[in-house]
Order: sequence, then structure tokens, then C-alpha cells
Amino acid sequence: MQPLLKVENLLKHYAAGRSARSKDKLAALDGVSLSIPLGETLALVGESGSGKSTLALCIACLETPTSGSISFEGIDVATLDENQLRLIRPQIQLVFQDPVSSLNPRWTALEIVSEPFFVQRRFTNPDRAVKALQLLDRVAIPRKMAGRRPDEFSGGQKQRLAIARALALEPKLIILDEALSALDCSVQAQISNLLLELQSSFGLTYLFITHDFAMAAHLADRIAVMDRGRIVESCPTENILRSPNHEATRALLAAAPRFIESTGELVHA
Amino acid sequence: MGGNCPPKVQEMTPLLEVTNLHVSYSARTAEVCHALAGVNFDLAPGEILGVLGESGSGKSTLAAALLRLLPSNGKFQKGSVFFEGENLLEASAHDLRKIRGGRIGLISQEPSSSLHPTLQVGQQVSDVLAAHETLDRRALCEKTSQILASVFPADAERISRSYPHELSGGQRQRVLIAQAIACSPPLVVADEPTASLDPTTQQEILQLFRTLQQKLGLAMILITHNPALLAGLADRILVLYAGRIAEIGPAAQVLYSPQHPYTAALLRCLPSHFAEAQSARKAKLHVIQGEPPDLSSRENGCQFEPRCTERMEVCKSVEPSAAAVNALHEVSCFKFAADSCPGTMER
Amino acid sequence: MRYFLRRTLHAVFLLFGVSLLTFLFSALTPGNYFDEMRLNPQISPETVSALRIQYQLDRPLPVRYAHWLNAVAHGELGFSFAYNSPVAPLLWVRARNTLALTVTAMLLAWLIALPLGVWSAARFGRAPDRVLSFTTATLLVVPDLVLALGLLILAVRTGWFPTGGLVSVNFDELSAPQKLRDLGFHLALPVIALVVATLPMLVRHVRASVAEALDAPFLRAALGHGIPRSKLLYGYALRAAANPLISLFGFSAGTLLSGSLLVEVVMSWPGLGPLLLESILARDLYVVIGGVLLSMLFLVGGNLFADILLYWADPRIRTAASAK
Repeated sequence: MQPLLKVENLLKHYAAGRSARSKDKLAALDGVSLSIPLGETLALVGESGSGKSTLALCIACLETPTSGSISFEGIDVATLDENQLRLIRPQIQLVFQDPVSSLNPRWTALEIVSEPFFVQRRFTNPDRAVKALQLLDRVAIPRKMAGRRPDEFSGGQKQRLAIARALALEPKLIILDEALSALDCSVQAQISNLLLELQSSFGLTYLFITHDFAMAAHLADRIAVMDRGRIVESCPTENILRSPNHEATRALLAAAPRFIESTGELVHA
Repeated sequence: MGGNCPPKVQEMTPLLEVTNLHVSYSARTAEVCHALAGVNFDLAPGEILGVLGESGSGKSTLAAALLRLLPSNGKFQKGSVFFEGENLLEASAHDLRKIRGGRIGLISQEPSSSLHPTLQVGQQVSDVLAAHETLDRRALCEKTSQILASVFPADAERISRSYPHELSGGQRQRVLIAQAIACSPPLVVADEPTASLDPTTQQEILQLFRTLQQKLGLAMILITHNPALLAGLADRILVLYAGRIAEIGPAAQVLYSPQHPYTAALLRCLPSHFAEAQSARKAKLHVIQGEPPDLSSRENGCQFEPRCTERMEVCKSVEPSAAAVNALHEVSCFKFAADSCPGTMER
Repeated sequence: MRYFLRRTLHAVFLLFGVSLLTFLFSALTPGNYFDEMRLNPQISPETVSALRIQYQLDRPLPVRYAHWLNAVAHGELGFSFAYNSPVAPLLWVRARNTLALTVTAMLLAWLIALPLGVWSAARFGRAPDRVLSFTTATLLVVPDLVLALGLLILAVRTGWFPTGGLVSVNFDELSAPQKLRDLGFHLALPVIALVVATLPMLVRHVRASVAEALDAPFLRAALGHGIPRSKLLYGYALRAAANPLISLFGFSAGTLLSGSLLVEVVMSWPGLGPLLLESILARDLYVVIGGVLLSMLFLVGGNLFADILLYWADPRIRTAASAK
């Protein structure tokens, strides 16, 4: 069975240095390969500057890689023109870290969630409102708040709105770029449960980008560790926790703040 | 008065004594938001107090209130903040300026916006020194270099001449720390010091705190929403909910045998540890039902009651006051009301 | 650096374009300098046409423009029909007078606006600030013409100030300090008019920018470090608010030659303004072009100056520019 998403040897260079014609290049992605089977969650863990967000943007077709291929359902997206790409885009959605800047502050919740319908010209007007309200129900936002603006929502609710918006076009793959990082612990738990529930109801595939190993270990089937534009280790979750190979992985595991409740030990690297 | 009344915090005089602090904000719509509704705690010299609170708990208000840095719509309704024997809420503007930075250092949230964008960071550290000590130019320069060297093990010279936008998040955070400790104050208040940082950088910053605390003997109030950060660093932990203290006690006790239903529920929300991860992976995490409290409409009774799994009849109508679990550990919950001490209730 | 070279190149092209357009418009407008003469029965038509040939007004436009460009390359700006002299020296004298007026007014306006704006921003929303806002708003509404005329009336009624001109009639006979005093008195009213005309807008801009900086998190952090108030206001807030103000300063510098036309005309200040006005009305082609070009030079130079200042003052712009 072919994987839903397959990335092969992806390279993305940015021109560093004083002019656009300079030879200095900054390799944000330096040969990245990964694949995600349908219905699974892959967590991408790494420090800031490791290239995680660049990878997310490339996969979502918001940035063009310098070289390498991205195949979605077996089709290489680089071979598609803009019209064909328009059919692929709804199937790959993004949820960002900062709900404040990813939600239009002047729109109401209903407008934000129904925006994808307008962009992709789906459904007629009355249907759009109905579908949008259904989405709000799915993410447990009370209908009476549909007419409110983002600043009247809490951080967790804003992130739910972003998730509802991402679900609007019935995507197959959702990329969550540090989507839980800015939230309080109890809210992270709520959103995490929501994500798991949506995954089982809709058969979603997740690419979960984070620097929080604990949450990654909780949500993901496989973990890929990124360091300086490369994937240095990629295995099923249990394996990576039990016997991490690469030093970057070990460093990240050691740095993850946690304490062991059962043994009553205070653990801090 | 029974034998389980908690003695006054330490034998020596506390560095900071906050008593019955009430702070409110008034919004344009004439709504009043009670950010802090009766906070009491002490801090001993050299002690690290972790303040654990989520959004809406009032933790940022607490940080601002200690230095009287409330915005224009904030108001101190009641209470006192005694620092080194002086009530900060009644201090003159001149004394207050001397204390800010000179006796209490503040590490603000969000390093990316807490530094002046067009001044070199070395200059920004010097300014803090210059505001409190009379030094000539050369001495100022030397002292600034020393302070920067203590937070930047390598490269302090180059960093001193850099501008904030040229530095990484972790480096900016260190500059904020340098500013806070510049005049070697006895107390440093850190408001979410590692919120926007990578785990590795977080660890480095926490290690820096430990080192500085040992070297300079400073007391710290570390405000965060992440309980795991306080493990191994804080001496005592204070759990804040809806502007009141839910629980306060030694760190190990609060983290490993939390008594307040909120603290227990919060700690249960964390994804289970890696060793146990296998069976618990992709399972539902425990959540605290309901939404965080709305501080503009304080209901009668305990603010956590709507979300509490152990609520009782009395919780709906009466707000619990601090009750002692043991000599050092206090909880505001009716589960422990029978042990409560008239002495503590009067505060 | 490349950025500035590019900007300078753009400026040169701009000046070219402006000169061409001005030339075209002036030459294409109906009539020329000598039309007035034609109406005069005492001057024979032959004289008129001879004069026209002498001043090359019978040649086609492109030829005239080419000749003019050639002259500019040699540092001359053409010939004034009305004054019967080369344009360049005429312009320099008048420009000098205008600059004496506008530079003084601009410096004075900024020196008052900065502290006033900062003072107002520090008391944002409270009574003193509201009073100042009301005053500036009222002054903004008053037309410059009314201001200038009002001051003139004051001069006439009280006799404290002379009512026009650059210097008194007996200027040459005065001693050096007396000369200075005389000049000062003549300068006073036009400067006051200009300052009162430009001050309200400046104060409002300074106030708005500084108030915004006072709300910023870094200022609250600095307050938390015990930085003294004066340093907070000037060293931190004003400094952070500098960007829009620097742009405004550059713009002010750009209007040094062109912004005072009304005041000069009303108060009979022998500057560039009245000269330009006369020349336009009299179709004195080369004076008009020369004057417009000079003003454009200042405008473009002022903007470039603002950009250089911004580059020097804001490290973020330096970083962004070098990254390009």
C-alpha cells in the first residue's frame, strides 16, 4: 500500500549573504526523506532552526523546494500546474502555532470556519453556514459563540477554531506546526484528545511538528528527529524511546522536562 | 489552636510578605475583573518559590502587582506587600524606583518584545546599572562586561554590541536575566522565563537560574504554567487558580502528592512518562472539564467548584480559606476544613 | 550602499523627467512672454519678432530643450526675459532668502514640537494632554493665509515688527550687530507664521508616536528595572518612536524651498515663492523651470536624507538592507 505522503531527498536552499546573486546558500532542508502511511501520525521533533517549519511549508505546497520530490497519493506535486494543484491543496491542511496571528481578528468564528468554502467554491451559501456550524460542534465550540470574534475566545478555543477551519475541506493530511506549544497543560490535553478523536472518526493522517517529546510520544506512531535540515533518526515511537541512536535524539530526550510520578523521583536533566 | 498550625514561614524574617492581596481591572464596559482575590504567602531569603498557574489564574497580575506595574486600569483593592520591612503598596515613587531593579529584579515575559529594539543589549544592561549605582564610565563598562560574562559563558563581547533582533530567543532571554541580576537584588521575579524556548535552551536557562541562585543567594519567584519546569528547581510551589491560592507547600509534596483537586487534575493532564508510554499512547488524556474561570464574574463559593470532581454542597456557597495539611503545606479546600486553624483563617 | 546608488540614480531620472514636463507644459501653454508686448501699440511687430528670434522662441521645442540641457550641463539655467539676466544667480539669491526663513522656522518648530509632544504623550488622556490636543486641532483648522494676515495686522497695529521685506531701507548704513537685529525683526513675523502653521501637525505626530512607544512591553520592562523617568521618555520612548518622525523630518527638509510660498507672498518676503509666482504669470519660461527644478531637488534630497537618517538610526533597517 503506498503511503499517503512520500518525501524524497528534499532540498531547500535560501540565499544567504548580501545579494540575491551571492553564492552563499543557507540549506534549510538538506536532503529530507520521509513517508507517512494513511491514518497514522508522524511526529517531527527538532530544535528551532532544524528546518521543521520549512518542511511543513514545502509539503503544504506553500514553498517550492530547490530539489527533491513530494508525492501525495502517489502523484508528484512538482509535476502539477496551478489548476491541478488547486485540487490537491484542500487535502493537505495546516494548523499553526499561534492562533492569534492565524485567525483574522475582524471575522467572526463562523466566517473564519466557512472561509475555505468560499475559496474553493464549495456548497451554496445557506449550506456553508450549516456546514460551518456542524464543524464548530465537532470541535466543541458552542454554537452561540459562532458570531464572536477571535479575541473573545480563550487560547484553547482559538486553536479549536483553527482545527475546525482545517477540517472544512475534508482533508486527508493535517500538518500541525507546533499547534499545542502555546497552550496551557490542561488545554493541551483537551486538544490532544480532540485530535485523536477526529483522527479516528475521519481517518485523518497527522504530521505533528513539535519540540515537546512527551506530547510527540503520546500522539505519534512514528517519530522522526530533525537536526540541521536532515532527518537523523526515524522509527516507531517505542523504539526511539527505548533506544535512541543519534545524539540529537538523545539530547532532545534528555532536555524534555518531566518528572516521574510513580517513583516519586525528581528527574531533571 | 492545635499542634498542626503551621508556624510562621521561617524563623528568620521573611524577605517578602504578601497579605490578602486583591487586585482588579476595570474594563471599558464598567465590568470589574478580579484578577487576584486574596493572595497570602511569604518568601524567605534565598528561597525559590514556583508559582504554577494557567491562563486566567492571575499569575501575570501577581508579577506586575509585586512591583506595582499594573496597567492604568488596574487597581489594588486591598492587602499589603511587605518587602524588606516596607509596604511596597505605600512606597513613594522615588523609593519604588529604587526598589525596582535595585532590590527586586524582574524578568518579563516575551523576550522578543521586552528589549528596546534599537539599543545595543550591552547598553540596555548598563542602563539598569546606571539607574541604581553611581559609577563612572569605565567602572560601568567593566561591571556590564562582568554581568554579561556571567550569563553568556562565551562570546559576551560580541553579544554586548548586538541588537535584540540579531539574537536568538535563548540569547534574548539571557539578556533579560542579565538586566534583572545587574544590581544583585535579593529577589528576582521571573514571569514565564522559558515559554517560547526550545527544550534544550529551556534546560540551559533553568540551569543558569540554579547557578545564579547558588552564587548570588537570590530568592526567586518563578511563574510558569508548566509544572515540569519546577521539578528540581523550586523549593516551594504555590498553585494559583482564579486569583486565589489553591495550594502552597514544599515542591515535592505539591508535585507528588497534590492535595487540591485542581492541582491533582492538572498534574494528571500531563502525557504520561515515556516508560509507561507504550500502553497509554494515543489514549485519552485526563482533562479538567469545563472552561477556565471568567474573572469578571466571580460566583459565590469556590471558583473551582464547577469543574471539581470532588465537590461538596458547601463548595457552592462558601469560598474555602487556607487549611493546613501538615506543618508546611496549606490547601484552600473544604476537604481539609476540619483541620483548619483559626489562626490561618484570619489572614 | 548599492541601495543608495540606486536611489540617487532614480533621483536623477526624476529630475530629468520633471524638467522635461515643466518645459513642455510651460511651452505648450498658450502665449509666451512677448505676447504682452504685442498688445502694446508702441512696440512694433518687427521688434517683437526680432526679440522672439533673439530668445530662440521661434525654434522647435526639442531644439530649445536640447539647448537648455546643454546650458544646465555648463551650470547655467537659462535666461530670464523679465529680469533680463541669467536665471541662476537670480534663483540663488531668492533661494537663499527663502532658506533663511524656512530653516529657522523648521528648526524652531522641531525644537518646540519634540518636548511638547513627549510631555503630552506622558500625560496621555489626562487634562493637560486634552487641552493641548484641542489647541493643536484648532490651529490645524486655521488656514495659513488667515494666520499670515493676522500677524500682518498685528504688525501694522502695534508697530513692533516691520510689515514686510527682508531688511530696512537703510540696511547698508547700519553696523554689524544692528544689521543682525534688523534682519531678525524682519524675519520674526514670517517665521512665527510658518512655525504656527507647521507646529500643530508635528506635535500631534510626536505625541502619537511616543504614546505608542510608551505602551510597548519593552518600556514597561524598563520601568520595572527602575530606569528614571526622563531617560524612559527620551532615551527609550522617543528613541523607539523615531522612525516615523525621521521620515517626517526628511519630508520637512524636502519642503524647505516650496512650503513657504504663501507666507512669503503675503508678507512680502523676497524669496523663491513670489519669484515663481510672477514668472508663471509672466510666462518667464526659464525662471519657472529653474525654480521648479530647484524645489524638486530639495524634495528628492529631503527624502533621500530621511532614508539615510533612518538607515543610521535603526539597526533593523541596516540588517534588512544588507540581507537583500
